Amino acid sequence: MTRMTGAQALIKALEMERVDVMFGLPGGCILPAYDPLLESSIRHVLVRHEQGAGHMAEGYAHVTGKPGVAMVTSGPAATNLVTPLMDAYMDSIPMVGITGQVGTAAIGTDAFQECDTVGITRSCTKHNDLVMSAEDIPMAIRQAFHIATTGRPGPTLVDLPKDVLQNQMTWHWPSDDEVIASLPGYRPTTKGHPRMIKEAARLIMAAERPVLYVGGGMLKARAAEALRELVELTGIHVVTTLMARGVFPDSHPLNLGMPGMHGTATATTAMQKSDLLINLGARFDDRITGKVSAFAPEAKIIHVDIDPAEQGKVRRPDVPIVGDCRLVTEELIKAIRDLKEGGTVQPDLTAWKSRISGWQEQFPLTYEQSEPGSALKPQYCLEKLRDAAPEGTIVASGVGQHQMWSSLHWKFEQPYTWVNSGGLGTMGFSIPAAIGAKVGRPDRTVWAVDGDGCFQMTAQELVTATVERIPIKVALLNNSYLGMVRQWQEMFYDERYSEVYLSTDCPDYVKWAEAMGCVAIRVESPEEVEPAIEKANSINDRTVVVEFRTDSDEKVFPMVPAGMGNDDLIVHPSQQSIRDRLA
Amino acid sequence: MTAINVHGSSLNHHILSVLVQNRPGVLARVASLFARRGYNIYSLAVAPAEEEGMSRITICVDVDSSPLEQIVKQLFKLIDVVKISELDPRRSVERELLLVTVRATAESRHQVVELCGIFEGKVLAVAPDAVTLSLEGHPDKLDDFEELLAAYGIVELQRTGRVALPKLDRSARLRAVNSPNMKGQVG
Repeated sequence: MTRMTGAQALIKALEMERVDVMFGLPGGCILPAYDPLLESSIRHVLVRHEQGAGHMAEGYAHVTGKPGVAMVTSGPAATNLVTPLMDAYMDSIPMVGITGQVGTAAIGTDAFQECDTVGITRSCTKHNDLVMSAEDIPMAIRQAFHIATTGRPGPTLVDLPKDVLQNQMTWHWPSDDEVIASLPGYRPTTKGHPRMIKEAARLIMAAERPVLYVGGGMLKARAAEALRELVELTGIHVVTTLMARGVFPDSHPLNLGMPGMHGTATATTAMQKSDLLINLGARFDDRITGKVSAFAPEAKIIHVDIDPAEQGKVRRPDVPIVGDCRLVTEELIKAIRDLKEGGTVQPDLTAWKSRISGWQEQFPLTYEQSEPGSALKPQYCLEKLRDAAPEGTIVASGVGQHQMWSSLHWKFEQPYTWVNSGGLGTMGFSIPAAIGAKVGRPDRTVWAVDGDGCFQMTAQELVTATVERIPIKVALLNNSYLGMVRQWQEMFYDERYSEVYLSTDCPDYVKWAEAMGCVAIRVESPEEVEPAIEKANSINDRTVVVEFRTDSDEKVFPMVPAGMGNDDLIVHPSQQSIRDRLA
Repeated sequence: MTAINVHGSSLNHHILSVLVQNRPGVLARVASLFARRGYNIYSLAVAPAEEEGMSRITICVDVDSSPLEQIVKQLFKLIDVVKISELDPRRSVERELLLVTVRATAESRHQVVELCGIFEGKVLAVAPDAVTLSLEGHPDKLDDFEELLAAYGIVELQRTGRVALPKLDRSARLRAVNSPNMKGQVG
């Protein structure tokens, strides 16, 4: 019978869950938990803002597949964690939030730094729990990790009142059976229905214009290998959504890249003209489908998702399969092999493939190079960054134009090398997420690609990077504007620019970065781009910030205007005259 | 926000019988899910179920607000939700309780009490100008009673919201929504 405090039980429980690092910031109510942390094997990264702790936990989870842990105090700290929790919920990132709470006797009295944390986070967590007794801490932690990492992954939160952390308890570590028995309403389905899988295989073997529509669920299920096997077996083209970049190598001839609002013309159009969409772990997000009623009108749908609620939420599937994407893909491969061995022959895909390669040839990603003496083209900077990046480099992006350009122009060859905020679209995500990613994969180069708007939201975490010795690299594409909003105002609001200009040189990003202990480089002309990148890549003991002064007029193409169908996509102006050939 | 609709049996509603773990905040989870997803609740009744530690929530859902399938699937994602049964009104027993205070002077009191007698309700309290009645029964019966009393002037009225169970002789037709493909065995 080991007696200990609730706080000691918390830290021990986290160690039992094999947590090796957590991100956090102490404060009044969580104080008891920070004392036993001194004797713990767990590394704690002290952040400068609780939002940073949450995004770091997400970045860590993105690249390792392990749940990220953020620990903060009550009240404002808990509310600062809300954005990362929602971000993780939207992107199905396994994450465990631990928050302090006022003592049980003070709950409901509007005590100092009290807030209704479980109430506030109810709709942005997969599950949350207010623990009212120290004895319950180990079970609450086990449940939180179990729920965060199984089924459709997501964030969980455990709220711990101060006296619960201080009280004595008898240690008991619940068994797997006890955990499962304590959650009778939680039984995720992982194995796909055999009859549905057979039916899916039959549709795949009959399709003339099939497309594999691959989403983030394939990364969560660690299904990259299985996907590759399925593609080689069937010769079907792949589109990888924003959340799935890296799950299939961009260098593979059958990878058409990202589809959707800012997808490649070929990826978006191939889906549009398809007669069979094989959706593996994607969710028919509005950024993919455009106007739903006009989306892929001739396509039958196979939808594989571990979350039953995704089936039929947006587009009714012909073959719904609830299950783990890797297990289902492996079963699908077997079923297709069986059909092939039984003499079923796939239709000749040659005509479809030549149609696709025609689009690829005529509508490649393109941009105009900058005139001598004028501002840099962001795409050019990213291409140079990409070409100089060591193998396995991880890219963490913020949200906006730079995010779309990163996704489009980077060549992702390995899974878990792309970290971004897809569903929630959280500006300021990249720097803390990159720090979390670097903690998770210290062996890798981690580039945060950021915009000037995003940078100003979370740049203070570069102090964390310096002080905690987590050297990341930041490519700051400074176009002086909230670029994506500016693009919409230019295209859809008659160039009436309202509250989108930020300033070119205020703040002075170089001085700011240097003040935070970083090496900082400003790049203003094309010939400086490569040397600056080379210098950044050569510095591995400090964080480096490279500020690229980029062209504020540059826009992301292709683009499907909001509310329009994907047939209405706007290609780059230089391709607009041949737009009709995208048929 | 979730609208709590006024009573009226013309609405296109379905009854969901939701078995939940009786844990703090479980009703808030269900209610905030309905609010967040824009589903309308027509009536709601909650009480402990036969199994210890479990409660049964009977939700009458306005399916014009959203497809029932999505409502059920989203409810299932709540960790505390153990089982959901959709009860077809034609194959289930529904009951509700109504308390009402009606204006009733010496002249009209006998009419009100007579109505109450016809409906097999009870007189709970009498004052010089009002009576308080109770009536238990099928929600449609309560609707009728309420409509007839309206002519006398309703001072206050409270209904419990319906509770329901499948009819015994037709229990085989109860459509349990947790088919193996939606919520199966331990993964």
